[in-house]
Amino acid sequence: MTKPVIVAQGVTKLYRRFAHKNQLRTLKSALLTGSVLAGLRPEETFTALEDVSFEVPQGSTFAVIGENGSGKSTLLKLVAGITRPTRGSLRVQGRVSALIELGAGFHPEISGRENVAINAMMLGLSKKELERSYDAIVDFAELRDFIDAPVKTYSSGMYMRLGFAVAIHVDPDVLLIDEVLAVGDEAFTRKCLDKIAELRRRGKTILFVTHSLGLVEKMCDEVLWLCHGRTRGRGEAKRVVDEYLTYVAGGEEALLRSRAASLSAQAEAAPASDAPADEGAPGGYRAGRWGGREVEIRTVRLLDARGRERHVFVPGETLTLSLSVCAAAPVSDFVFGIGLFAADGTCVYGTNTEIEDFAARRLAGEAEVRLTLEGLRLVEGTYLVDLAAHKRDGTPYDYLRGLHSFRVKSRVKDVGIYRPQHRWSFSGGAELEPPPERPELEIEQGDTRGAQPRQRG
Amino acid sequence: MLVRYRALVESLVTRELKARYRGSVLGFLWSFVNPLLLLLTYTLVFTVILPNRQPDIQPFFLFLFCGILPWTWFQASLAESAGVLLASANLIKKVLFPAEVLPTVCVLANLAHFLLGLPILLLFLAWQGRLAWTALLLPLPILVQLVLTLGMALFLSALTVHFRDIQNILHHALHLWFFATPVIYSYAAIAEGTPLRQALRLNPMTHVIVTYQQMLFHGHVDHWRGLFLALLVGMLAFAAGAFLFDRLRDTLPEEV
Repeated sequence: MTKPVIVAQGVTKLYRRFAHKNQLRTLKSALLTGSVLAGLRPEETFTALEDVSFEVPQGSTFAVIGENGSGKSTLLKLVAGITRPTRGSLRVQGRVSALIELGAGFHPEISGRENVAINAMMLGLSKKELERSYDAIVDFAELRDFIDAPVKTYSSGMYMRLGFAVAIHVDPDVLLIDEVLAVGDEAFTRKCLDKIAELRRRGKTILFVTHSLGLVEKMCDEVLWLCHGRTRGRGEAKRVVDEYLTYVAGGEEALLRSRAASLSAQAEAAPASDAPADEGAPGGYRAGRWGGREVEIRTVRLLDARGRERHVFVPGETLTLSLSVCAAAPVSDFVFGIGLFAADGTCVYGTNTEIEDFAARRLAGEAEVRLTLEGLRLVEGTYLVDLAAHKRDGTPYDYLRGLHSFRVKSRVKDVGIYRPQHRWSFSGGAELEPPPERPELEIEQGDTRGAQPRQRG
Repeated sequence: MLVRYRALVESLVTRELKARYRGSVLGFLWSFVNPLLLLLTYTLVFTVILPNRQPDIQPFFLFLFCGILPWTWFQASLAESAGVLLASANLIKKVLFPAEVLPTVCVLANLAHFLLGLPILLLFLAWQGRLAWTALLLPLPILVQLVLTLGMALFLSALTVHFRDIQNILHHALHLWFFATPVIYSYAAIAEGTPLRQALRLNPMTHVIVTYQQMLFHGHVDHWRGLFLALLVGMLAFAAGAFLFDRLRDTLPEEV
């Protein structure tokens, strides 16, 4: 058991939210109303973090994940000591270097060399330590040729590289990284990651804030998941990342559901003759509903294999489109059709009962039409659905274009639209390690926002 | 805190000095040219347009020089430190960094300018045959002024983050303060016991400037009591500035 380097207990951070009147507060009014300090007491506050507790053992790599605005960066600033918790305690042992903003404090007019010196000292390096690591910094930043030029002549990549190089060479006991690895080109990012890996090997403690979940799974021992300033999950990296992804998928599910509802409502309100002229043109895909409604599509449901209504699917799942239709007067000339479109309007697949040689006999009163797509072989993305009932000559009864959609989520970030069932095989001198066993995400039924995500081991 | 970060303060002051004139043709010479130009302006005004004929402060331009050089240090330090925290917002927000270093650097960088200008003043004095041994006592008023200026700089810089109006007010306040300090006129010429004299006595900068003038221009010093009072006020200002800065320290990253 190693002892924890960072110990947070019940950390709460309130920020003052400025009301309009407070923004206009001037020195004069503060003096008139009395004490200046009294005027600075927080009145309306915003809770950025609430009761967050965690421990980071020496030498471990710890990640903080969460959506934007969940309090990740606030937490990092607290650990860095830049701000202090409103309540609770936070203890950090050893020298902390925070890669929150690279090159903060560089002065544009003076040379890279002088900026390195000043930046290093700001981060707490002594003059002697600086002399020792100066060459390493410059080599790491790959700026040997430009080090005596004023920093204002640097490209943004050079600037970031120099900033990163200084921060990483401060030889911290605890390194805090806030989403800064997105700088520089591929090669430099690689180098940064290698350097971080080296620090890990040397037993340094690293605290990450990132949206790159792949990186988290690869590098981190433990993960803290923040949601609206509260701890939503904590523990072994893979498990928490899975929980988080499930939650995000659940959020998308709820979003798509509400979108489907509002779009249908809009289409209902629109006049029936509102047919788009540029029908079928690529990119001209426009959602809408039109037709004479002799046959009306009343409800549309997207169902999974177990018959539950869903809007987020994983590749390979079964998707059933279920339509309740109603013909006020019996008709004998009718075709049911569906179309799937990618978000950019590209047609993924289209078919109808006519194409597939069903002979329409009679439709009267209420009926249910189902089309089951077995093994949804699509890559991650949002897909729009066209549903139609029309005459054999194409005259629409009821045409619903793009009013329904679903999302496919996948762990595998392959590209395109279609994912054929596939298998790799290697022989001869090719040696590849098989990918780790990773189940596809499980999509939560219903609105998972606010509900506890399923625990999986 | 400031002691621990001595090396940082040193390099920042050096950077400040280097960066200020980088790119200009005269470069470092501006440290000398600036006070000379200022002196030229005032000399023009007070010897040609509104001639000053008080016998005890002739040659007037030299008298003026003795006061205006330290005043410039004082005034520039305060004007710069009022905005320095806001200007370095990204540092304060993103780097763990003792913020008091920034106003301190403002004061020290301007002290450096003052010290660079001083040899010119001494040369002028020597040329006019007025250089006296009392010039050796200069470190005393410099120290008093340093304490006073630092205190006020800390105070103003922290407060400006919360009340940005200060930056605007300060400009005019310093202008007024300039005229309320015997730089362009002689303190001795204002009769004892008059309300004006009383008012000037309340101004710590009066005593500092008068001491400079005595040491450099008059060659005899008897303003010790005044200087001591100024030191007390300066220490008070320093204590108040340090206290306020410390008190507001945690709010700085959130407010800048």
